[in-house]
Amino acid sequence: MALKLADYRTPVFVDWCPGCGNFGIVSAVHMALVDLQLPRSKVVIFSGVGCHSKLPHFVNTYGVETLHGRTLPFAVGAKLANPNLEVIAVMGDGDGLGIGAGHFVNTGRRNIDMTVLIHDNGVYGLTKGQASPTLRLGLRTKALPKPNINEGINPIAMALAAGYTFIARGYSFETRHLKEMIKAGISHKGLAVIIVQQPCPTYNDINTKEWYGGEDLIDPETSKPIPRVYKLEEVGYDGVVRKPEEAFPKLVAALTKAQEWGDKIPIGVFYQNELVPTYQDRISMRIPSYLKNPPAKQVISDPKGKPVTSIKKMLTELQVTGFEGNSA
Amino acid sequence: MVMVRMIDEEFVWMAGGPQGSGVDSAANIFGRACCYGGLHIYGKREYHSNIKGLHSYFHIRVSPKEVRSDVERVDMLCAFDAESVVRHIWEVIPRGGIVCDTEALRTRIADISTLPPSFWNEFKKKLNEKGIKPETVGDLLKEAEKDNVHVYPVPYLDLLRDVAQKIGEEKLSRLMRMLNVLALGVSFGLIDYDRTFVERAIGDTFRGRHKIIETNLLALRVAYDYAKGKFGFFGYKLQTVQTEERRIFLSGNQAVALGKLVGGCRVQTYYPITPAADESEYLEENEILETLSEQSEGSIVVMQTEDEIAAINMASGAALTGARAATSTSGPGFSLMVEGLGWAGNNEVPVVITYYQRAGPGTGMATRHGQSDLRFVTHAAHGEFPRIVLCSGDIEECFYDAALAFSYAERYQLPVILLIDKAMANSNKSCRMFDLARVKIERGQLLSEAEFKGKEYRRFEFTESGISWRLPLGTPDVVSWNTGYEHSDLGHINEEPINRTLMVDKRMRKLETADREIPLEERVNFFGDADATTTIVSWGSPKGAVLEAMERLRQEGYKINFLQVRMPHPLPKAHIAEILSKAQKKIMVEGNYMGQLAGIIREQTGIAMDYLVLKWSGRPMYLGEVYEALKLIMQDKAPRRQVLTHGA
Repeated sequence: MALKLADYRTPVFVDWCPGCGNFGIVSAVHMALVDLQLPRSKVVIFSGVGCHSKLPHFVNTYGVETLHGRTLPFAVGAKLANPNLEVIAVMGDGDGLGIGAGHFVNTGRRNIDMTVLIHDNGVYGLTKGQASPTLRLGLRTKALPKPNINEGINPIAMALAAGYTFIARGYSFETRHLKEMIKAGISHKGLAVIIVQQPCPTYNDINTKEWYGGEDLIDPETSKPIPRVYKLEEVGYDGVVRKPEEAFPKLVAALTKAQEWGDKIPIGVFYQNELVPTYQDRISMRIPSYLKNPPAKQVISDPKGKPVTSIKKMLTELQVTGFEGNSA
Repeated sequence: MVMVRMIDEEFVWMAGGPQGSGVDSAANIFGRACCYGGLHIYGKREYHSNIKGLHSYFHIRVSPKEVRSDVERVDMLCAFDAESVVRHIWEVIPRGGIVCDTEALRTRIADISTLPPSFWNEFKKKLNEKGIKPETVGDLLKEAEKDNVHVYPVPYLDLLRDVAQKIGEEKLSRLMRMLNVLALGVSFGLIDYDRTFVERAIGDTFRGRHKIIETNLLALRVAYDYAKGKFGFFGYKLQTVQTEERRIFLSGNQAVALGKLVGGCRVQTYYPITPAADESEYLEENEILETLSEQSEGSIVVMQTEDEIAAINMASGAALTGARAATSTSGPGFSLMVEGLGWAGNNEVPVVITYYQRAGPGTGMATRHGQSDLRFVTHAAHGEFPRIVLCSGDIEECFYDAALAFSYAERYQLPVILLIDKAMANSNKSCRMFDLARVKIERGQLLSEAEFKGKEYRRFEFTESGISWRLPLGTPDVVSWNTGYEHSDLGHINEEPINRTLMVDKRMRKLETADREIPLEERVNFFGDADATTTIVSWGSPKGAVLEAMERLRQEGYKINFLQVRMPHPLPKAHIAEILSKAQKKIMVEGNYMGQLAGIIREQTGIAMDYLVLKWSGRPMYLGEVYEALKLIMQDKAPRRQVLTHGA
């Protein structure tokens, strides 16, 4: 029987603020799971700490809310031990790119086949509105005593530099588009990251839903707002690497495209390269039985608790006396 | 410090030289060669936090009987450079020998730039005591000769030229790294040891690299014959011993790694740190595993992470899938792991951390021994949650404890810290072949899919024991949640006061369950006279020195017993209190300033130790100094607190 939206929802009360971009994100996750018909028990959603981190409690799959900034190590550990799991790692912008920035960069080096979602609203919501690493220099959102003294980082450029092999941006109120991005990320063979722009109606009074919708930018001809958000696929942008020689020019193009911000904000796939071996491929090169018999599935003892691992080879190398038929 | 003259059958060899000069491999070959001759070995490695140039040494005790600790004396010092002579000359006993490079004799002592100012102070004091003013290393050695120490200057370069000529190598520089094997050859020649054992050890050390083996064997023979021809007999012959016993020769790092493999560890994460990293590297070298089950092949995935924060949390992530997972670190790394430790405690994750103590705080002395983190591991992380702390006392215990740690972790669903130290990690010992039948794997309430079919799954279900059913992530037909927040039995965030009260109680109850269930013989070792009125208490690597010192004292007629605490948390307090209540002299021996275990015992039993024997110099406890300290106590001449300082 096909799984429906209701199957992926939980009865847990959703305590995000009214109008929060997270509603769109969790809906897109639910819809992507329905479209892909992923068995609930095959999916594990990891999160960090912050407003975003409650998401797993609202999805009826395995859910692991971890520590502030540490989503990726937990997620990687689980995927490493059981590569059959469909792992989704959800992070906040402060969580994933501030306190967890080291993990964000280093996970990129590994191209583990999993999907990372970054909720980017420019602020630390749960601690009442401090500037996050993505808030631009000089901006003063509602709760800031002074304008932001730090430059904002560019997560897409960072992901490109770190080695992510699927890099996309979504927008929380373009839910169907975001759903497609998540599906593409999950289907991607390798490490996918989707940066999700989302308003924080409580603490970010600059990058609001109206701002993303371009209500301050009026087309003089039509007198209608010009939305800031536009879709890369609609302007003929193609970031998919299909041949090895395309990898570098497409990476450069994506890096250039990633600079666009302000009156025009592109969403869609910036870069995708499935020609890079995944971490699972790399382990399999060294350990041929890895996928067939991964750490989580290995039998380590007989029913009586006797270990089944043989260390005879190592002990033989270390042995110094008492060799059979040959006393020292 | 009075040097204690040990049993004459023993032989203590020291190799010293700049880091990168092959001290380690020389020592390994020396140790293995002695083992092949049926002898027992205890070898200690000391080195600087440095790659090349600073002084390091290996101190090896060889005996026909089992040896468990370092001794103060050196019978033969094999100095690869001038500094090694100057640093260790006073450790060599009368009738002992010093092997050094002829070139080193001319070196002016004041020109040795790698000796730190604090060394000079001590050294000058010693010269004043002796009333001597040596200019060169040669002068210094002449003074030693007056103390009846034999000096053997060897023209290493000439010997190397001889080797080069024999193999047709024109560039001498290509052979320089064989100086250590020449030094070995001279040493073994002097003690007239059966050369075939040394040759075998060389073959093992360079396994598979035939050309290297061949050249090294040649160098060995050249130096061995040179020593015999030039110096004659040193006055001591290292005799081999017949034995049928199956023994292995290994380090603490290796023993832990092997214990983990047998214990079923399948994911190991680590960030490079001294003195822990060798364990992970050894695991990675052996990542493909033979198994006795139908599955033809197993494996351990070893992951070098970006930091220790990732290491602990990645191990927890792996443990949630049902794999036995561990990480390995030292003090600075564990400091970073602390938040992750709390998450694992809150989420009842069976994760194992092997913690190699070194001298702290901060960077402290990265390559030096310490035993000052017991309080830290028993209290680390905010909030209250159960954990188990195990302390191995020697290399053999490292093996069995590493395997056992996973069963505790899974039975009680909590983090287990296996606390060891640098003295065990980097020492090499000949041990009885491990008895794999002693290892038992218990997975507690980890259920398979079939076992759970049809039941409702509440990951943190309230139970009397505090332990709930556990299913691996990915188990079909159920789902579960985890969170670092306080949570309901389903694993959803819950901040209600009643739930909180019950949930903390449920978790903490597991520690009581563990305390009740884990047998005493896994938590303490007891040695010596049951009816003695003197009890020594210790933990960790001092075990070896305490055991040997106690045996000497018992031979002298004193009645003593020794309680080794292997599980300081949860502390088997009733048992400890019972033993201590019988003792009139209660002595704690541990390698820290505060007397940490003494403090924990007092806190939990109300019993204060009468004497503390402490050491925090960054060096392990030596047999002689422990013996002297204990003897003073037995003679009622000791202060309440004695601080040991021996070791270079």
